[in-house]
Amino acid sequence: MEIGLGHYLTVAAILFVIGVFGIFLNRKNVIIILMSVELILLAVNINLVAFSSFLGDLAGQVFALLILTVAAGEAAIGLAILVIYIRNRGTIAVEDINLMKG
Amino acid sequence: MTSSLSTDLVLILPEIILAAGAMALLVLGAFRGEGSAGLVRFGAFGLLIAVLILTACAGTGEKVLGFNDMLVVDGFGSFMKVLVLIGALVAIPMSVDFFRRAATDRFEYPVLILLATVGMMLMISANDLITLYVGLELQSLALYVLAAFLRDDVRSTEAGLKYFVLGALSSGMLLYGCSLIYGFSGTTNFTDLAAGIASLEGQGAGIGLVVGIVFLVAGLAFKVSAVPFHMWTPDVYEGSPTPVTAFFAAAPKVAAMALFLRALTVPFGEIAAQWQQIIIFVSIASMLLGAFAAIGQTNMKRLLAYSSIGHVGYALVGLAAGGEEGIRGVLVYMAIYLVMTLGTFGVLLVMRKDGKAVETIQDFAGLGRSHPWLAFVMAAFMFSLAGIPPLAGFFAKFYVFISAIEQGLYVLSVIGMLASVVSAFYYLRVVKIMYFDAPEGAPLELPFPLASRVVVGVTGFLTVLYFVVPAPLVTAAGAAAKTLLP
Repeated sequence: MEIGLGHYLTVAAILFVIGVFGIFLNRKNVIIILMSVELILLAVNINLVAFSSFLGDLAGQVFALLILTVAAGEAAIGLAILVIYIRNRGTIAVEDINLMKG
Repeated sequence: MTSSLSTDLVLILPEIILAAGAMALLVLGAFRGEGSAGLVRFGAFGLLIAVLILTACAGTGEKVLGFNDMLVVDGFGSFMKVLVLIGALVAIPMSVDFFRRAATDRFEYPVLILLATVGMMLMISANDLITLYVGLELQSLALYVLAAFLRDDVRSTEAGLKYFVLGALSSGMLLYGCSLIYGFSGTTNFTDLAAGIASLEGQGAGIGLVVGIVFLVAGLAFKVSAVPFHMWTPDVYEGSPTPVTAFFAAAPKVAAMALFLRALTVPFGEIAAQWQQIIIFVSIASMLLGAFAAIGQTNMKRLLAYSSIGHVGYALVGLAAGGEEGIRGVLVYMAIYLVMTLGTFGVLLVMRKDGKAVETIQDFAGLGRSHPWLAFVMAAFMFSLAGIPPLAGFFAKFYVFISAIEQGLYVLSVIGMLASVVSAFYYLRVVKIMYFDAPEGAPLELPFPLASRVVVGVTGFLTVLYFVVPAPLVTAAGAAAKTLLP
């Protein structure tokens, strides 16, 4: 079977949906949310690289590289915020992040 | 057009100055240690003033593309950049007193404001999906840290965490949209996208492209905190330190709205019929939620968060109407909104109670008797936010609704006006509490930090007396709107 653009897009779409559900359905740990965010960004990268290859245009691959770079920065800041949060509250369970609501 | 590196660099000189200055100040702060906050703040303030003057004076307002068409500098961009810079400029001195009392007078605050401002200016100038993304992330990453700036305070860190998680999700959705737009059109450039869509000759865009646009709009709606992507706003506004909330409500919202306008009208203006319905829905939902959800609030920052959701809805009415009139309406709206919001937060920062910053609405009780001038200015802001003539807020709503009515969007306009009537209830409740309720507990202290006093004075003056000379703002916004459209 020939592997075409549609297959790549399907994989990326599935990864994207898993990532989004990982954020909303997970009740346990904020670290899992960070992993889900990475999953979403990597799904986008698969999309971009697949399109780039099939269009014969390099812009998509440049975009993917930039996303990888920014994702690293984003993960660093996310973990830093998580560290100061756990210092204050002593927990990073998603259910406990509820001081403010209304 | 052939462009060389030097002409390109001149084009983004303001951004380069800000970015280089921010890094220099960061190094300065890192070497001089904790005692350098005052010096860094002074440097950042000076840089912002210099860049503000440069942006306001430079250029003829004509559209100039640079860096292989990835960036655009035009009258629209300059107008929005001036608003963003004013928001950032005010955020620095307004924070001094607050952070000193919280014993967090750190040099990182002005540096982060500068970096966020660079990101916002890049967003406004973006003419390519890649520039859009990089600018947006530069802004967002700085803002996540600012939200969690009081790092020993549980609520501030929780605000930072929530903002980060939901912000990262929205960036992911925006990127997924960008990847689909790229895949189904073959380019990431706004100019090329517009040309490609014009060549479809009224057949309408394919389903892939439309799905991409929907994801893009979802990501952008999050950044301007429009319903249904508003859920982070009340929590983040309540938890963040008040000066940071003032900054959040002002500058990033203006920048994100500018990005919203450019990303929809420039590349996808030809297929407006295909995204107009989404904007109308988002606008109506934001106006209604802003009007009804704020009614039960007791925390002033939460109330202002819902109020800002509602105001985004009103501004989006102008985008839904489209055309030069509509865009002019949005620009006028954002300018007036910026002034009113900064003033309201200025009033919040002027007062303290029990040695803490004022948070609940009930804290305002008795202000009308103890401090009549401050109560008068606050009442003016509340009436203006409610859109009551002759204050500035009325004119803001007037221009967007006029443009919507001219485009035949009657349902949208009527719902908007009804929502603004409902929202008047909670704005006027604040006025009622200030003038007619008896104060409880410790009396209000007014340390009156000079910076906040100046901000309250100037914004109050502009809000009350805007109707005397409305022409300059409207003319400038009209000229700016003209450069956005082809």
